[in-house]
Amino acid sequence: MQKIIMISAALGTAVFASSVLGKSSINLTQGVTDISQRVYDLHMTILIICAVIGVVVFGAMFYVILNHRKSKGAQAAQFHESTKVEILWTIIPFFILIGMAIPATSTLIEMEDNSQADITIKVTGSQWKWHYQYFDHDFGFYSLLSTPQDQINNISKKTENYLLEVDKPLVIPINKKVRFLITADDVIHAWWVPAFAVKQDANPGFINEAWTRVNEPGIYRGQCAELCGKDHGFMPIVVRALPQAEYDAWLKGQLNEVAQAQQAEQQALASTMTMEESMVLGEEVYVARCAMCHQVGGEGIPGAFPKIKDSPIALGDVALHIDIVKNGKAATAMQAFASQLTAKELAAVITYERNAWGNDTGDVVQVTDVKEAK
Amino acid sequence: MTEQTKVAQKNKRLIVKLGSAIVVMFCFGFALVPLYDVLCEVTGLNGRTIARSDTASSLIDESRTVRLQFTTSVAPGMPWQFKPMVKYVDVHPGENEVVKFKALNPTGQRVVGQAVPSVSPGLGGLYLNKTECFCFDQQALNSGESVEMGLVFFISKDIPEELKTLTLSYTLFNVTETAGAGIINIPAQRQTLAANIY
Amino acid sequence: MNTATTTSDEQQQEHHDHKPKGIMRWLLTTNHKDIGSLYLMFSFLMFLIGGAMAMIIRAELYQPGLQIVEPNFFNQMTTVHGLIMVFGAVMPAFTGLANWMIPMMIGAPDMALPRLNNWSFWILPMAFTILLSSLFMEGGGPNFGWTFYAPLSTTYAPDSTALFVFAIHIMGISSILGAINVVVTIINMRAPGMTYMKMPLFVWTWLITAFLLIAVMPVLAATVTMVLTDKYFGTSFFAAAGGGDPVLFQHIFWFFGHPEVYIMILPSFGIISAIIPAFSRKKLFGYSSMVYATASIALLSFLVWAHHMFTTGMPVAAELFFMYCTMLISVPTGVKVFNWVATMWRGSLTFETPMLFAIAFIVLFTIGGFSGLMLAITPADFQYHDTYFVVAHFHYVLVTGAIFSIMAAAYYWLPKWTGYMYDERLGKIHFWASVISVNVLFFPMHFLGLAGMPRRVPDYALQFADFNQLVSLGGFAFGLSQLIFLVVVIKCARGGEKAPAKPWEGAEGLEWEMPSPAPYHSHTTPPEIK
Repeated sequence: MQKIIMISAALGTAVFASSVLGKSSINLTQGVTDISQRVYDLHMTILIICAVIGVVVFGAMFYVILNHRKSKGAQAAQFHESTKVEILWTIIPFFILIGMAIPATSTLIEMEDNSQADITIKVTGSQWKWHYQYFDHDFGFYSLLSTPQDQINNISKKTENYLLEVDKPLVIPINKKVRFLITADDVIHAWWVPAFAVKQDANPGFINEAWTRVNEPGIYRGQCAELCGKDHGFMPIVVRALPQAEYDAWLKGQLNEVAQAQQAEQQALASTMTMEESMVLGEEVYVARCAMCHQVGGEGIPGAFPKIKDSPIALGDVALHIDIVKNGKAATAMQAFASQLTAKELAAVITYERNAWGNDTGDVVQVTDVKEAK
Repeated sequence: MTEQTKVAQKNKRLIVKLGSAIVVMFCFGFALVPLYDVLCEVTGLNGRTIARSDTASSLIDESRTVRLQFTTSVAPGMPWQFKPMVKYVDVHPGENEVVKFKALNPTGQRVVGQAVPSVSPGLGGLYLNKTECFCFDQQALNSGESVEMGLVFFISKDIPEELKTLTLSYTLFNVTETAGAGIINIPAQRQTLAANIY
Repeated sequence: MNTATTTSDEQQQEHHDHKPKGIMRWLLTTNHKDIGSLYLMFSFLMFLIGGAMAMIIRAELYQPGLQIVEPNFFNQMTTVHGLIMVFGAVMPAFTGLANWMIPMMIGAPDMALPRLNNWSFWILPMAFTILLSSLFMEGGGPNFGWTFYAPLSTTYAPDSTALFVFAIHIMGISSILGAINVVVTIINMRAPGMTYMKMPLFVWTWLITAFLLIAVMPVLAATVTMVLTDKYFGTSFFAAAGGGDPVLFQHIFWFFGHPEVYIMILPSFGIISAIIPAFSRKKLFGYSSMVYATASIALLSFLVWAHHMFTTGMPVAAELFFMYCTMLISVPTGVKVFNWVATMWRGSLTFETPMLFAIAFIVLFTIGGFSGLMLAITPADFQYHDTYFVVAHFHYVLVTGAIFSIMAAAYYWLPKWTGYMYDERLGKIHFWASVISVNVLFFPMHFLGLAGMPRRVPDYALQFADFNQLVSLGGFAFGLSQLIFLVVVIKCARGGEKAPAKPWEGAEGLEWEMPSPAPYHSHTTPPEIK
C-alpha cells in the first residue's frame, strides 16, 4: 500500500511539474540589475542548503519508517540521550548559518547604499495609483492601472498584461544609478519591482529611499506590496528602461508636453463649455477616477464612501462642491484632485456629478469657476 | 482543610505576581511610544528626529561638502501650495545655512498648517541640526495669502564621510480643525501673490 | 496505587450524581474536563467558520477576474479568516488540550482556578459573536488584514472598527486569564514527586507558552487601544500629522505578534513530543535538551519582531541585528526536530492515525521552517515580503504545523476523553485526504510568491492563473476532508469499541494510568509518582 502511494505521488509530481513548469514560472527572477542577480544567487544558495538538510533529515525519517517498524519485527532500543550528539547538532547548524549570513550581510550593505545617484525620482503612493516626480526637472505625472473594467468583470477577454499595465509608465535610463524617494499620501503602500529587487514601504508623512541600476533596456512590471484598501491589487507599477539617448529624447518630449498643457490651461480659461460637452467629458473622468469609490451609479458604499446621487453637496453650494473635489477632505479617504486633473476635467466632472443620476441641478461649472474658487 | 488553605495562599501570592506582570506589560505597551521616540533620537531610526540647536559656532569643515536636497508633499485635505525655493544646497559641515520655502493659501478660508519633516537616510537626522524651522510651529495663512518660511540649519562636523547626500522632506498637513496655541502668524512677510506659486 | 485512586474517584463520582444536566451543566461547569471539551468544540466550530471564509477566498481566486465577491468584501474575508483562525481556532484548541490534560498529567484534581476557568471560556463566544456580527454592519467588518496596520485601521477604516477592538480585548482577556490558570496550576498543584524535570513535555511547553501569553497579550491590548483612540478620540500615535508614526504601530504590534506565533506552536512541540515516543515505543530522546530548546525559542522570540518590517526603511544595523537573531532561532528548533527523529531511530514503530499526523507534522513543519529561514535573509526578503511566499510559509507552520498537531492530539486522546476507540479506518482516510490536499493547497503558493504574486489581492495577472487554480482545488479538497474529522469525532463520542486505560502500547504518563473515559474527578487523592 505504502509503495503504491509513493509511486503515485512521485508520478503525480512529475506530471504536475512538467505541465505547469512550461507555463508558469516557479522560481525567483534573476532580474536585470547586479543587485537582483546577487539576491537571486543568495536565494538559490539558501534554498539549496535547506534542500540538502531536508533530504538528509527526511531521508533518515524515511529509512526509519521503512526499517524500524514493529511489523518488520523491530525491537525498540533503549537509548534516550547523548550530550555529545546534542552539542554536535547545535554547533553544526550554527556554522551553516554563519556561512549564510556572510554573503547576506554584504549584499544588504550594498543594497542600502543610496549615495552617488545619477537621477532622483520621487514616488508617491496613494489610493490607488502611483505618482512619479522627476526631481531634477520639476515635472511629474500619475500612473494608473489601464486595464479596462470590462476585462476585470469578465465581460471582455483579458489581454496579455492584464492588471500589470498603466496609462503612463515610469521611464528611466539604463546604466545610471536611479534613486527613488518613496512616500505616500494616505495609508501605507509599497513600491515593488521584482526585476530590480527593489521593494520599499511608502509611509504617509515619511520618506524612504531605494536605488537601482538597470543593465538592460526593457519594460518591467511590479505591484503594490502592502495592503492599502480595496484596490490594493489594482495599482501596478510599470517601468520603461531606455538607453540614455532615447531617455533624453523622451524627457525633452515630456517637458514640451508640460509646457503645452500649461498653454492649454490658459486657453481653457477663456473658453466656455456647454452642458453636453461637460457631461461627456465629465462622465469619462468620473468613471476613470471617481467611480472606484463613489460607484458608477453615484450611490457610494454606505458606511465607506458617501453617495453623490441625491447628496447635499452635489445638490447644494457649488463652491463647497468645487472645494471638496479640488482640495479633498482631511482625515478621510477623499483625495485632492486639483493636482491630478486639469481645470477643464475638474469643471466637467463636477458638472457631471451635479446633473447625472437625476441630480439635475442644471449647473454648468466653467474652468474659470474652478480656477477662481476660494 | 489546612492543606487546602495553604495551597490557596500559595496560589493567591502567585496570582498577584502574575497579575502585576500583566499590568506592567500593558503599561509597557504604552511606554513603547515614548521609548520609540527616544530610540529614534539616538539611532536616527526612520528619519523622524532632527536635532534642534543654536547656530553653529566656530570651525567649518572646508574639506568636504554635503548635499541637502529638499522635497515637499501636501497631504490630502490641505489646499495650500508648498514648495522649496531651491532644490538643494551644498554645505560644509559646521556651516550655517538658510533655505526658504514658499506656501500659498489659494482658498477662501483661513487655514492652519503643520509641516512634518522626514530625513533620508534616517541616520542623517542625527547630524542635521535645525536652529529655526517653520515646522517647529503651526503656520496660519488667511485666504489668498502666501509666505516665505525659513529653515536655518547646519550639518554637524562629525557627520560620517559616507553620508554625502541627505534628503529632507516636508509633508504639510491641514490642522485647522485641531489648531492649538502654538500658531505663528508672520504679518511682515505675508503677501498676496498671483494665484499660483508653482 | 492505581486501585486506591480509582475507588476514591468512583466514590467522588457518586457524590456528584446530582450535578446539573443539559445546558446548565455546560454553562456553569468548573470541571477542567468539561471546560476542555467546550474549548475544543468551540475551536472546531470556529475552524469550520474560518475555513468557510477561506473557501470564499479560494473561490474568488480560482480564476483571474472578479467573479464572486467585491474587493472590499474580499479584504474582510482575508481579515476575519486570519482573526478567527488565530484567536478562535488555534489558541482555544491548545487551551482546550491544556485544560483536559495538564491536571491529569501532573496529578492534580483540577485547574487551580476553576471558576476563572469557566469565565475564560464563556467570554470567547461573546467576543466572536461581536466580531462576526460586525461583518453585517454598514461599511462592513474589519478589512485591514489581521495585522491591522495604521492608518488603514484608523483613519481609513470602517465604523465597525470599534467592535473589532472590543472583540480583541475580550479574546485577550480570555487568553490572559487562561494563562494565569495554567501557570498557577503547574507551579502549585503538581503531585508530590512530580518535579519539574519529570513533567511531560506537553506541560513544559504550555508553562512556557503561558508565560509568553502573560508577557505579550497585554501589549496587544495596548496596541488595539491606541488604534481605538487614534480613530475615535483624536490621538495621533500613528498619524504623522499629529507627530505620530505609522511605523510605530508595526513595532508595537509585532512585539506582540512575533511571540504570538510561538504561542501558537510551542504546545504543538509538546504534543509531538508525547506522540512520537508512544508510537516508537521508545523514550523521548534528549528530554532536558527539549526543555532548554523550548525555553531558548521563547526567549529569542522577543528579539526578532522587526523581521516582519524589513521593507519599512530601517537602518542597516537594525536590519542585520534582526536578521541574525531570526536565523539563530532555527538552531533550537533544529535541535527539536533532530531529537524527534532520534526518538524514532531504532524504535519499534506503528502507524496509527496520531502517529501519521505527528510524522507529517515533523516533515511539513520543517518545510515551513525552511521557508522561514529564507525569509530571515533580509536582502532576499525584499523579494519575498508581502507575497504568496509568506502566505505559504505561515500556512505550512500553522496548518501542517499547529493544526495537524491538534488533530494528532485529538486522535491520541479521544479514547481517554470518550472511553471509545475512534474509527481507525476513517481516521486514516482523514489523514491521507488532508495531507495530500494540504500540500496541493499550500506548496504552489511558494511558486506564486517567487513568481511575483503579492498577497491580499482578490485578482491577479494571467501568469499566476494556473497555480491559483490548482491551489483553489487543493483548498476545496482540504476543506471537505475536515468534514471526515467531524464524522470521526461525533461517531467516537457516541460509542464504538470500548477503550482500555492505555490503548497505545508505548504511551507513558499519568493519564494512561486511569480508566477510559477518565473519571469526571480524577486524582482526587494525589497519585504516587515513580
